Amino acid sequence: MKHDPILELGVRLALPFIIIFALYVHFHGDYGPGGGFQAGAIIATGVIMHVLIFGLEKTQRLVPPSVVEPAIGMGVLIYIASGLPGMLFGAGFLDYSIFGNDHLHAHEWGIFAVEIGVIVTVCSTLIAIFYAFAGRAKS
Amino acid sequence: MIDFGEILLKYNAIVTVFLMVTSLYIVIAKGNMIKKLVGLSLFQTSVYLLYLSPAKIVGGTAPIIADAIMVYSNPLPHVLILTAIVVGVATLALGLALVVRIQDAYGTIEEDEIFRAEGDA
Amino acid sequence: MEILVDAVLLTLLVVITLAILFQRNLFAVVLLAGAYSFLMASIMLVLDAVDVAMTEAAVGAGISTALFLATLYLTHGKEYLQPNFKFQSILVVVLAGGMLIWGMWDMPEFGVMQAPLHENTAPGYLDASKNHLMPPNVVTAVLADYRSFDTLGETTVIFTAGIGVLLILRGRKKPKKSKNKAENSHET
Repeated sequence: MKHDPILELGVRLALPFIIIFALYVHFHGDYGPGGGFQAGAIIATGVIMHVLIFGLEKTQRLVPPSVVEPAIGMGVLIYIASGLPGMLFGAGFLDYSIFGNDHLHAHEWGIFAVEIGVIVTVCSTLIAIFYAFAGRAKS
Repeated sequence: MIDFGEILLKYNAIVTVFLMVTSLYIVIAKGNMIKKLVGLSLFQTSVYLLYLSPAKIVGGTAPIIADAIMVYSNPLPHVLILTAIVVGVATLALGLALVVRIQDAYGTIEEDEIFRAEGDA
Repeated sequence: MEILVDAVLLTLLVVITLAILFQRNLFAVVLLAGAYSFLMASIMLVLDAVDVAMTEAAVGAGISTALFLATLYLTHGKEYLQPNFKFQSILVVVLAGGMLIWGMWDMPEFGVMQAPLHENTAPGYLDASKNHLMPPNVVTAVLADYRSFDTLGETTVIFTAGIGVLLILRGRKKPKKSKNKAENSHET
């Protein structure tokens, strides 16, 4: 694809803010609109924008497929792992009451752990899917 | 004659049905695979509308608790649809991947041409 | 006022759907679908579903459109042939529409607070957050706490779909199309 300096500079300037916004959406999800699903989709959108402007090879140097593809399974495992402490301490799978003494804080920690599993799965799945399509377009 | 207030109150349901019917027609009658998948995602989106319209309370606000606000819309349909959207895009990607493989195998993504190729073989 | 904004946006949605139906250039169809998703996100905002609106704007308008465009590039998406007019499909669609209207005729009016939907489960969730037992965003609380088993299922579905796409697009590649992912194809 033809190099366009304005687009490249624009993406370079916008990308950090997109990722910071996604992290804000993720970690502020308890108090405002947002959460793991939205933040994962926003990060994936940023990476896809980078692929569209800079090409697949440059993006895969930044976000290598060898990191993205194992992360698809890792997210589900993080989700399941966040339910296991409850079972170990006799409360039941995905029971958050053992994460703290206070009801609100225990459940906030539980939600936090689960949302990390969600963001990892959603973000890496969407990136991997787009890599698969873009890799096929190149060949 | 026509009660516009009545129509306005039923407008969400009317538009939902119209979108469903139109996108169902796209899925059934159009021969192109990509157009079919666009129709499928339109149908999915109209189902989101079907779930979210009854959840709204006029004069209410988004279900994020604040001290000054008394009336909130129903959060439950929002949760159902939130996960449905992300699952929807994952399954859409699966369908598009199949379309790419069909293009590789048959050289076309028109339904009737594929049927013709199958009939000759 | 809310109802009026809602009605205007819904009318625009109908117009875009008709444009998608009659448009034969696939590139235009895909871009119209993206516009449809943005409009739908605005409607969700009016319907107070802020979390859903954010997801729809990122996923529906951003990622779906990018995936559709990638597929169009791979399939050399040209204008497709005029399909012959099918009487049966019109019949099926009209029947389905009639049944939908018949089924939705008795639904409660739009935006009424006394609808049965708002009186059973939802107040419990809202009260827990009001009493500071749960985080203020009720949607997050229900999604990741009350119904975390459901969300585990959804995450697994996304995982499965992602693996499926990777297998369909990458597994067993033709030998002439060797490229940077060739090492993955040996496994199949």
